[in-house]
Amino acid sequence: MTGAYVTWIAGHRSILWRTFAEHVTLSVTALAIVLVIALPLGIGLARRPRLAAPVVGIVNALRTVPSLALLVIMLPVLGTGFLPSVVALTLYGLPAVLVNTVAGLRDVDSNIVEAARGQGLSEGQNVLRISLPLATPVILAGIRTAAVQIVSAATLAVFIGGGGLGELISAGMGLLDIPQLVIGALAVALLALVTEIAFGATERLVAGRLLGSTA
Amino acid sequence: MDWILNNPETLWEALVQHVIIVAEALAISLAIALPLGIWSARRPRVYALVLGATGILYTIPALALFALLIPIMGLGQGPALTAIVMYSLLVLTRNVVVGLRNVPGDILEAADGMGYGRWRRLGAIELPLALPVIIAGIRLTVVTQISVATVGAFIGAGGLGDIIFQGITQDIGDKVVVGAVFASALAILADESLRFIETRVRAAGGLE
Amino acid sequence: MIRLEGVTKLFPGQARPAVDAIDLEVPDGRTCALIGASGCGKTTTLRMINRLIEPSSGRIVVGGEDVTRADPVQLRRHIGYVIQGVGLFPHKSIADNVATVPRLLGWDERRVAARIDEMLGLVGLDPATFRGRRPASLSGGQRQRVGVARALAADPPVMLMDEPFGAVDPVVRGRLQREFKEILARLGKTVVMVTHDINEAIRMGARVAVMREGRIVQHDTPDRLLGEPKDPLVMDFVGTDRALKRLSLMTAGEAASLATPPPGVPVVESSSSVQDALSAMLSAGSDRVAVRDPDRGSRVLTLDAIRALAAPDQPASASEL
Repeated sequence: MTGAYVTWIAGHRSILWRTFAEHVTLSVTALAIVLVIALPLGIGLARRPRLAAPVVGIVNALRTVPSLALLVIMLPVLGTGFLPSVVALTLYGLPAVLVNTVAGLRDVDSNIVEAARGQGLSEGQNVLRISLPLATPVILAGIRTAAVQIVSAATLAVFIGGGGLGELISAGMGLLDIPQLVIGALAVALLALVTEIAFGATERLVAGRLLGSTA
Repeated sequence: MDWILNNPETLWEALVQHVIIVAEALAISLAIALPLGIWSARRPRVYALVLGATGILYTIPALALFALLIPIMGLGQGPALTAIVMYSLLVLTRNVVVGLRNVPGDILEAADGMGYGRWRRLGAIELPLALPVIIAGIRLTVVTQISVATVGAFIGAGGLGDIIFQGITQDIGDKVVVGAVFASALAILADESLRFIETRVRAAGGLE
Repeated sequence: MIRLEGVTKLFPGQARPAVDAIDLEVPDGRTCALIGASGCGKTTTLRMINRLIEPSSGRIVVGGEDVTRADPVQLRRHIGYVIQGVGLFPHKSIADNVATVPRLLGWDERRVAARIDEMLGLVGLDPATFRGRRPASLSGGQRQRVGVARALAADPPVMLMDEPFGAVDPVVRGRLQREFKEILARLGKTVVMVTHDINEAIRMGARVAVMREGRIVQHDTPDRLLGEPKDPLVMDFVGTDRALKRLSLMTAGEAASLATPPPGVPVVESSSSVQDALSAMLSAGSDRVAVRDPDRGSRVLTLDAIRALAAPDQPASASEL
């Protein structure tokens, strides 16, 4: 039983490596775009509650859209390949970071902000030096959720020609090649777990430093 | 949108199938998560174990979980249901536990002092007060289940995912989009209706 | 009657018992207040009586029955229980809250409904107004009233009260103490209550038991407790103003002597406390007050008499004057 798996890996190192690299590239690209959009947008919205409510509402609706549906829904418009996969994964990861950024900044104790303002900090300085560091744990939690969601959903990119480790699962299924199917699945599962653990550890480390706790 | 007009029955069948899978998965998940949550709510070590195990299941990508079940259970609705249930346990159990733990201590003490037995207290006091949190868990779970069930078509679960996968293989763009739109609409509809119920139950619960 | 015989509670993993071989007897229809600093074992003692905590050893007899042998759930349905947080069930109406124990006991609904109204009336809440409301819409004092109505609903002979007025503000607390003392006495309930407030203890208790480190240091009438504290700890606990507190226990009517009051002195009702009489004297700059009592004619209370009452080394009780 294990023999078949070892043999498969030995004979398919390059494809294993390529799909893994594709998976990571897709995920990292999508997460980077999510951060570039969601962080500034979230900071802006946190100070404009009237605008934030409808945007967060729309984004929350986006959150309920099934991952497969989100990936394929733009198929006729964007076609297949890397780009539409990145677009879909970005949309999929965006809500978690945006919602947590807005909520994290808004929940910062208004007394602290008031005190900082009283000491002569400008609005911009206030956000950079006071609000953002205090909101960081919540924002990081959002980034962790988004990262795991993106890595997970990237498995489905294979269905719109985006490649990634899902290719092994899809091909394994098509060829009824159980070792390929299982190794692809294990690789994806492992990648998702490692992402969760790594981001979780970073979160605890940063939160501990920032807030001076020993956690 | 020619495809819809020509195939309303196929779409309807897929939709019904999807709803049935989710309903079955929800029933099974609740049958597991309720007792598990009740059992672990006042046992921190058990709860830590339950959280760890169900958390790992929750992190594994849906397609991978389906694929891993193939060598063990083969294809079809059985393994699909199993995978969907495995996904649901974290959120459901956690919300049962959080709901039960949120019941204030003085209320439990009053109930004990008044002569409620253990199970009667659970049924008449604890579960009703935990209900809003449990329903919030059900809402999140149902949305996840609708999503995972869509991917479940990959191993023969049927439902709206089938429409999507068929559309991809047959290269019919309309069909793919219709499947995706209906799956999304179903998820949003379920989310909104359960949110409505949650608000009503919360208001009726009387907890501030 | 409630009787504790050599009751001890040793919690697992602790070196010292929380309650250490205490004996206590509360006669029928009387109130005993357990008082002491936090951690002295008073709440543990109370909670052993309805077996929310199992005693490690000793016997607890309620109404002639050894409760350590009873089924705890059945037992609790026959003992009223009031706690500081009240613990009203927020998802049930006031009526359903009051009906809790009668329904657990299987009363028929007509009897339950009549009892709800009777109990709400008893604690001063208009049934028509309050029956259908939820606990969240009540004030702290009203919730406390419902808590007592709920505990009394099945007419238990015995009531256990744990800091029952702890959650309400001082003004409401004083009123509730007076009202409930009267209700409990009228219904002839045997009561054990826990408090950390010496004023509440002497106001509510026919007897007060001071606890320290799991033992009863002194178990006496409020008057004797204030007049003859047994050791420095009790003295400390009852406070430096214990002389004044004793004066608040006695009415001017009890302390006054028969004499015609001189004209121009302040007048107090015979039901006012000796403390109030003293304030009236001090504010008027007089050394005596007239005590007005429609039944017993005019009498006088002098500053000297009050001094004699308050002197801690001369523990004269009102009846001896």
